[in-house]
Amino acid sequence: MTARPRRRAFAFGSALAAVAALVLSGCASADVTATDTAGASSFHEATQDDSSTITVWTDSTRLPEVQEYQKENPNVKMNIVTYDGDANGSTYLQTKVQLFDRTGSGWPDVVFASPTDTTWAGKPTTPGAQAFAAPVNDLVPAGTLDNFATGSLSPCQIDGQTYCLRNDIAQVVLWYNKKLMDEWGYQAPTTWEQYQALGEEVAKQHPGYVIGAIGDTNSQESYFWSSQCPAQELQSNGSLKVDLSSPDCTRMSNLLDPLIADKSVSTQGFFTQGFNGSKVLMAVGPSWYGQYLFDSAFKTPAGQIAAAAPLKWTGQSQTYTGNVGGGIWMISSHSKNLKASTALATWLTTSTQNLQDAPTYPAYVPGAKAWLANPTNKDYFADDVTNVFLNAANEVWTGWSNTSFSDATPWSNAVLPALTAGESMTQAMPGWQTAIVNEAKASGYTVVTR
Amino acid sequence: MTVLHSQHDTVPGPVQAPVPARRPQRRRADLAGYLFVAGYTVLLIAFGVVPTGYALYLAFTNADGQFSGINQFSKVATDFRFGPAFANIAVYLGMWLFLVIVLTVVVAVVLRSRVGRGVSSVLRFLFYLPGALAGVASVLVWLFMLDPSVSPAGALLRAFGLDNFDQVLAPGNLPVILVLIAFWTGAGGWIVVMYGALNNIPDDVLEAARIDGAGPWQVAWHIQIPMIRKWIVYMAILAFATGTQLFVEPQLLETASLGRISPTWSPNELAYVFAFQYGNFNAAAAISIILLVVGLLCAGLLVTRSGLFKVDEDR
Repeated sequence: MTARPRRRAFAFGSALAAVAALVLSGCASADVTATDTAGASSFHEATQDDSSTITVWTDSTRLPEVQEYQKENPNVKMNIVTYDGDANGSTYLQTKVQLFDRTGSGWPDVVFASPTDTTWAGKPTTPGAQAFAAPVNDLVPAGTLDNFATGSLSPCQIDGQTYCLRNDIAQVVLWYNKKLMDEWGYQAPTTWEQYQALGEEVAKQHPGYVIGAIGDTNSQESYFWSSQCPAQELQSNGSLKVDLSSPDCTRMSNLLDPLIADKSVSTQGFFTQGFNGSKVLMAVGPSWYGQYLFDSAFKTPAGQIAAAAPLKWTGQSQTYTGNVGGGIWMISSHSKNLKASTALATWLTTSTQNLQDAPTYPAYVPGAKAWLANPTNKDYFADDVTNVFLNAANEVWTGWSNTSFSDATPWSNAVLPALTAGESMTQAMPGWQTAIVNEAKASGYTVVTR
Repeated sequence: MTVLHSQHDTVPGPVQAPVPARRPQRRRADLAGYLFVAGYTVLLIAFGVVPTGYALYLAFTNADGQFSGINQFSKVATDFRFGPAFANIAVYLGMWLFLVIVLTVVVAVVLRSRVGRGVSSVLRFLFYLPGALAGVASVLVWLFMLDPSVSPAGALLRAFGLDNFDQVLAPGNLPVILVLIAFWTGAGGWIVVMYGALNNIPDDVLEAARIDGAGPWQVAWHIQIPMIRKWIVYMAILAFATGTQLFVEPQLLETASLGRISPTWSPNELAYVFAFQYGNFNAAAAISIILLVVGLLCAGLLVTRSGLFKVDEDR
């Protein structure tokens, strides 16, 4: 009777030892070194069926365009799905594609998304998977791609392939309330230095009015991107440069601090619930501010708001500006009907007929011109915005790289609460630096800090 | 590759031997009884035990299915968001458990013995009401309550120096806000449960205590609370489990605050980010296993210390 338990104990002991040996010896690493993206140039097409239904995921803003296409092409079978379009740092599309990659089915054929999405969609999500986005350079004529605004396709490009068609760009310009400026005898500034001086003047003469706000999730793109701050600059060797101590960053934080202190630049966001739009004298922000901020959100009456060229730094010959959003369209490499998918994506991003009524400024230059020629896109403004928009579209600085993590996360988590708590921009910079570096490293980037 | 196989073989092991049928039976087994528990057992295995086993498998392997030992655990533990997420949840849990245990018991005792019957049932209904709102809806209610520009309690918020929504949602305030939401939605239900437990105490026991000269607070402290101790432990275990799994509330607040709150505020959110932003289901599984172990340890401690599952028959 006593032998049994002992033998069992021995068996248990040796099993334990075997497990321990396994644990100690043959552990594979937690991460699998991704089988390199070599051969990413071409993809395995699914068996094509030109009459099959294509599934389109769009945000609600772009939904009418997709519906319009369906109306004009009733023969194309379309299943239209509305989702948030990955706005505000949402990762819905990525989440779903991860799951579809695991189950091997369910991918949408054409999707509206944010540029950040191309950084994962252009690569396999798991070692065995095929990159979600099909290279559009295989599907769309090169001449069409050449007509997109300078640099507007650069977020789509990975290893020489183009994985998306840019829907719209959001070049940053200087918005101002012309009626108020005229009333008070102010000139729209052309340099950042003038902007700062005017802010201090406004704080004294018209306290309560603001010349900007830095509390939105994307304010860093309006200010620090325009300042050419190397917050996330991809280097030619693939590493990511994060150097907020660079003079190109500190000149902006130094410029903002007195304005934050005298409250002429708000630390709240323009899109924060309850922001008083009637007290906005100027705003540094993207081309869509006109309709979506001043008209829709602030309900500023027509004929008051005007746009001026992006601000530049004194002594700098070339003007650079930022970019706040702008969507893309991707075609799924898993699509069973690439023909219909490509036709739809091409129509959405390049058709003049579609783009002249587009809700935001088109990236496709002929489309942008048609958009600017359409009076409904300009009637609201006090001045003609055509030249301001056209020029600024080509001045977007390309050093603020498209990364697989959203630049909104470190900014919103590290900087905005600090500013709300009363810290200055200068005091918040080290925390921001750490937050970007952490995010970048967690996303697999090699980070250099100078 | 043998490693992989042995891992595969061991995982379903515990899954397949759930029913304690082989024990010598003191009570008379009855087919109907087994049938009654069968449906639930099957569902539990399919949606509770098997996923747990799968999470265990994922946590100890990498994306290629190779056995990776504790590497997934050390990977997530060294992630820059791991410490803050667990620190956040610990602060939240400390406040939430203290509040829910002390306040629900006190309120239940007061409702049971210090308030008239009619008022008591009206109050219980009122307390329970917010619990009828699903988690998401209750967060939305609180988003309005906490925004000074629209809140009916805006004056109160401003009295605390909170002039706008951004100030309310400062990272330091978040545990308090989440405890408020959790208490508001969850406590009412527990007050009703505790009240029911207090009702189980025979009147003659309370009568005897009163005759012996015990005042109402002495009755509460020496008779009522000790007699519903098991219920309190039960509540603590469930409150702890739901607390560690906090997800919906901080996730919604993150969106509502326009990103000012970290998307990885709680461990569950961090697991979600690992799974669906990095596609790293193995690391996500490792976090879920850590949460499972913490929950099991705490529950085990409370169960054994309180004799929760002791039944009169087992004496």
